[in-house]
Amino acid sequence: MNMTIPMDNVIALLPEMIIAAFACLVLMFDLMLPQGRKNPLAWFSLAGVALAAFATFRLTHQHISAFADTFQVDPFSNFFKLLFYLIVALVILMSRAYLQQDRIHIGEYYHFILLVLTGMMIMVSATDLMTVYMGLELVSVTLYIMAAMKRYESRSTEAGLKYFVLGSFSSAVLLYGMSLIYGVTGTTNLAAIGAFLGDGVPNSAATVGLIMMVVGLAFKVAAAPFHMWAPDVYEGSPTPITAFMSVAPKAAAFAVILRVMLEAFGGMKSDWEAIFTVIAVLTMAVGAVLALVQTSLKRMLAYSSIGHAGYALIGVVVGDALGTFSVMYYLVIYAVMNLGAFAIIIMLRNQGLMGEELDDLKGLSRTHPWAALFMLVFMFSLAGIPPTAGFIAKFYIFMAAINAGYILLAIAGALLAAVSAYYYIRVIVVMYMQEPETDHVLTAPAGLRLALVFSLLFVIGLGVFPDPLADFAQQAILSF
Amino acid sequence: MIEALFIYLATVCVICAVLTVSLRQPVYNVLALLTMFFHVAGLYVLLNAEFLAVVQIIVYAGAILVLYLFVLMLLNVRTQSRHLHRQWPFAVLILGSVTAMLVGALQDGTWGVASGEYTAAAIQEIGNTQAIGLRLYTDYLLPFEVASLVLLVAMIGAIVLTKKGLIDDHIKE
Repeated sequence: MNMTIPMDNVIALLPEMIIAAFACLVLMFDLMLPQGRKNPLAWFSLAGVALAAFATFRLTHQHISAFADTFQVDPFSNFFKLLFYLIVALVILMSRAYLQQDRIHIGEYYHFILLVLTGMMIMVSATDLMTVYMGLELVSVTLYIMAAMKRYESRSTEAGLKYFVLGSFSSAVLLYGMSLIYGVTGTTNLAAIGAFLGDGVPNSAATVGLIMMVVGLAFKVAAAPFHMWAPDVYEGSPTPITAFMSVAPKAAAFAVILRVMLEAFGGMKSDWEAIFTVIAVLTMAVGAVLALVQTSLKRMLAYSSIGHAGYALIGVVVGDALGTFSVMYYLVIYAVMNLGAFAIIIMLRNQGLMGEELDDLKGLSRTHPWAALFMLVFMFSLAGIPPTAGFIAKFYIFMAAINAGYILLAIAGALLAAVSAYYYIRVIVVMYMQEPETDHVLTAPAGLRLALVFSLLFVIGLGVFPDPLADFAQQAILSF
Repeated sequence: MIEALFIYLATVCVICAVLTVSLRQPVYNVLALLTMFFHVAGLYVLLNAEFLAVVQIIVYAGAILVLYLFVLMLLNVRTQSRHLHRQWPFAVLILGSVTAMLVGALQDGTWGVASGEYTAAAIQEIGNTQAIGLRLYTDYLLPFEVASLVLLVAMIGAIVLTKKGLIDDHIKE
């Protein structure tokens, strides 16, 4: 048996290889730069992302199955990859000022962020449980380290440790589920598992395996009741990293959930549908209710991020073409508006001001009207108020649920969305109705400004003209 | 005979695993873990997976556990004063429900398992190590390569989190 790697495989894996290569080159390039002057690395990483985006763009509408069916390039995976490029580019643009301020602007940061990107790309392209797991682990291990990067601050190390312990635990549960599924079906390939389980013969071992995999994946998207790690980790991590991990790995995990549930467990939909319904309602409720009592802005956004995972889970429960489409659309919009909100928090971090408390926003409209206006738009969008994109995203989710007959789920979602609007609007009240207490002058470097303006245009533009992205997502729906 | 061996190995595994998390002295925890690793290796032998059994002993018992012991002795970890954490009722509750779920699934009568491509007889023919090597370097080449990236990130991560002077540790917030 010869080990040959056909060209097809190389082409399919080209974007991942580019990003992984740039991640390693960043480390070498880093050595040539003196400490404290790491800006070129940001541009270098962005160049890598742009190159990979070009490679992915060339593959947009192709279907290539590579590496003995463990890896697949299809419109679905390319849609998510393009989303990840966007997220990583925005995060790199907005993070420099914060990293310099907190003295963690080191070359390894870019190495890590590119490797997380590689892991996420492998996750969304994986068509084998082994590949899914390795991609997931690459993402998780890197994020544990990134969470603890501000190592002189106990909050950050605590976040890293907590994330590590709970993340490893959830990986173990996921693996246990995978091993049971392998035992039942004798294969790790998703399509083969789907073919084996598709005949509808009840198998208790497969059910237990499925439950464990759902639990493991629910941990990864921080869905209730497996969300306990999220607020502490999101609060303790450096803000740009919080921004990154509240959107990108979550989107990757959702892509895995969609692919695994629809492709491998399509025949057991009645089983996982019930579990995800409970999880979705609990998640939306936890996100809406617990965010009400937070005084820390970062913690509030952590609970908000939990809540948004709940809405996306409604689309997973629906599980048909429209449901898949609504999840994909929701994840894109959520990613950009959440990054925008975090960009404002990053801006607030200034000499002597942590900028992580709700009170730090007091009177922002007087001192910095533009920043307040941006925050207003992002908060409206997160709350799902028209004419922002957040409204369109929620609209598609509820429409998918009602179309497929999940009326109660849609009603629960709409009610909890109304509850959660309260705390988004509270942020606006604090900014516009209260007197400023400090006279800090905020500075926004060019990169941060660029990220902010882009997010704002994206959120408003797609709120008014939702069709271009909708068409793109329509073409990328999984089809089995 | 094999059944008796399995029951012995599995029982010792479970007992040692419980001791690993419940004993007070860190050194005893590690020793219980060591005993468990050896018995897991025994289980692998029963499953005709000799290669895995050897790897289990060399890597886990040999390398990882010795590392644990080194860390324990270097850091002089103190004994936990409280024996059980406050959350133990929750832990028992969750453990109980998971166990009930597994037992229920086993009793259900539909617990079916496929034999797969590599039966004991097939493995006897190809050879244990060869079978693993073949699968690893053909079908599972990509996951195997990704594992190298995970190791890389662990290495760089250890440097970032511990190296002196890399991050300015002396500033006070």
